[in-house]
Amino acid sequence: MASLRERILAWLHPRPQARAWALLAPGTLWLILFFLVPILIMFAYSMMPRGIYGGVEPGFTLEHYRRFFDPLYLDILRRTFVWSIACTLICLVLGFPVAYAIARGGKWKNLLLFLVVLPFWTSFLVRTFAMIFLLRDTGLINNWLLRLGLIENPITMLYTPFAVMAGLVYGFLPFMILPIYASLEKLDLSLLEAAEVLGARPAERFRRVTLPLSMPGVVAGCLLVFIPALGSFLTADLLGGAKQMMIGNLVQNQFSAARNWPFGSAASFIVMALVLVAVMLYLRVKDKAPGEAA
Amino acid sequence: MVVSPSSTTGPVVQLSRVSKTFGDVKAVNDVSFEIQRGEFFSMLGPSGCGKTTTLRLLAGFEQPDEDGGEVKLLGEVVNKKRPYERKIAMVFQSYALFPHLSVQRNVAFGLEQRKTPKAEIGDRVRRALEMVRLKPDTFAKRMPGQLSGGQRQRVALARALVLEPDILLLDEPLGAIDLKLRKEMQLELKSLNKQLGTTFVYVTHDQEEALTMSDRIAVMDNARVAQLGTPAEIYENPRTAFVAKFIGESNFFDGTAERRNGGRWEVLRNGGGRFVVPDHPAVSEGKPLRIAVRPEWMDVWRPDGVPAGENAVGGTIRDVIYLGETMHVIVTVPGCEDVTVAVRNEGQLIKPLPWKRGDQAAVAWLPEDCQILEEV
Repeated sequence: MASLRERILAWLHPRPQARAWALLAPGTLWLILFFLVPILIMFAYSMMPRGIYGGVEPGFTLEHYRRFFDPLYLDILRRTFVWSIACTLICLVLGFPVAYAIARGGKWKNLLLFLVVLPFWTSFLVRTFAMIFLLRDTGLINNWLLRLGLIENPITMLYTPFAVMAGLVYGFLPFMILPIYASLEKLDLSLLEAAEVLGARPAERFRRVTLPLSMPGVVAGCLLVFIPALGSFLTADLLGGAKQMMIGNLVQNQFSAARNWPFGSAASFIVMALVLVAVMLYLRVKDKAPGEAA
Repeated sequence: MVVSPSSTTGPVVQLSRVSKTFGDVKAVNDVSFEIQRGEFFSMLGPSGCGKTTTLRLLAGFEQPDEDGGEVKLLGEVVNKKRPYERKIAMVFQSYALFPHLSVQRNVAFGLEQRKTPKAEIGDRVRRALEMVRLKPDTFAKRMPGQLSGGQRQRVALARALVLEPDILLLDEPLGAIDLKLRKEMQLELKSLNKQLGTTFVYVTHDQEEALTMSDRIAVMDNARVAQLGTPAEIYENPRTAFVAKFIGESNFFDGTAERRNGGRWEVLRNGGGRFVVPDHPAVSEGKPLRIAVRPEWMDVWRPDGVPAGENAVGGTIRDVIYLGETMHVIVTVPGCEDVTVAVRNEGQLIKPLPWKRGDQAAVAWLPEDCQILEEV
């Protein structure tokens, strides 16, 4: 056996390209098998007639794509985008100061980072259920407000857009904090001192040095929040009820209850295309935005 | 040379009894000195001696302790002032160029912060780049990542000088460039200092660099100023063993003052023999003393050939080291550390030194070449 191993290594040694392929192959094969193939199957399904008991029948049709442009579905699509963008912005506004504080946290840094990732120790499903107990009319928050005499009747929070937004922001905030933290952590402190000695007050220093140099983290964080938020369905399902449907809920519905696989597939592909366009637009705007180009 | 309106006659930098403590470590302990306008002033010392903290106190990155004395810049107490409120410029050890800005924008940064009219900025950036010998047309558009270490150093310098500051702080700015370029930059910095009339406050751990460039040097040790003076005063008249050892090389001899004789003291050397030192306030009868002698002020002789009137100690030659310009003869002397004597190299192939390892020899020096140290 050892000699086979040696022979393989000896063959690979003078061939850097073959070595690169050898490293890439396992992961690539995995992705082809479990990502690319299913997506192609879905793509094919999205253009085939619907089977009566789920699945598809042979044939070709664009009917499912046409059907999506019904105002009912466009409304869901619009809501999904608005919420995802709002969620991303809220996460950015809440997350940046946290990331900044952690990066400057000195000896508390590791503890604070640990606290940021702590929620991942529990399943997202359980954590979302826990939010129901917080938000419902007889929940913890209303209970305390009533007891403190701040309100006379419970405030309805569960099954409102507020509940969905709270759940989304809570779920995705760490994905904003971590990349921004990573880029702030690398920031050379002498650059801040240089800016200060060159006459920049704290606000200017932030605008001209800290912010532009943390842009890679901000961009990564926004993508890591925005894209999964678009596709999320659990939060809207549990905290939003039937009236606060997002596109993810629609797709899930079509595949399960409605047994309309082709339509579910078509909806997925439309969202995927829109995400692609949105991300490309975002990256183009961001390349021009920092305003500090030569 | 244009004299700026803030020009005053007094010193531009005044530290009086300044202390700075971090936790329970005194980084700067009761330091006082003044720097005159246009001076090239160096703070020299080993790492951890407090020189960088002193510079950061001047820059405003650190503030003195509550009862830790007074920092004055241009006659104004600035203890509580932030760096952006002080009229200073600084060159950092790591250069600290903004990696996301071009050379042009880096140099313009300070002018923009100081609300300089746009039309003026372009012109001044050009002049600053020319001052540090970077062709504006070639370099203005480049990013810091596209520059060599020496070029970055020049950009950092231009970024500070473009502000036409009264005081320029430099924190080991030449530490990261290679020897040849460093020597070149030393001379350039010195001539910029004279040409612009800007006060330079320079931090370094390199004694040769400090001697080359400075008008005055503050040698720092253990959070205090060990000695302050011109390069010649520091080198030729070190006050403590630390200074004598840190600046150049020195041989040390310990002894006890025996008697005064014709304006000189005869000293009984620990380890045997006597030597003579000039009169000095630190010397009194029966008091132990320590002297330092520079290797190049000593000579090696045959044990019986020492010229009259010179101090001498006898020993065995341990090694002869070839250094090119000079030869070091190392002599083991009883009662003190090995003595190093620097002898001019007159060509070992034509006129070799007559010494070899194991020879008996005497090391001799003139009484006036004794540096009497104040701390024993």
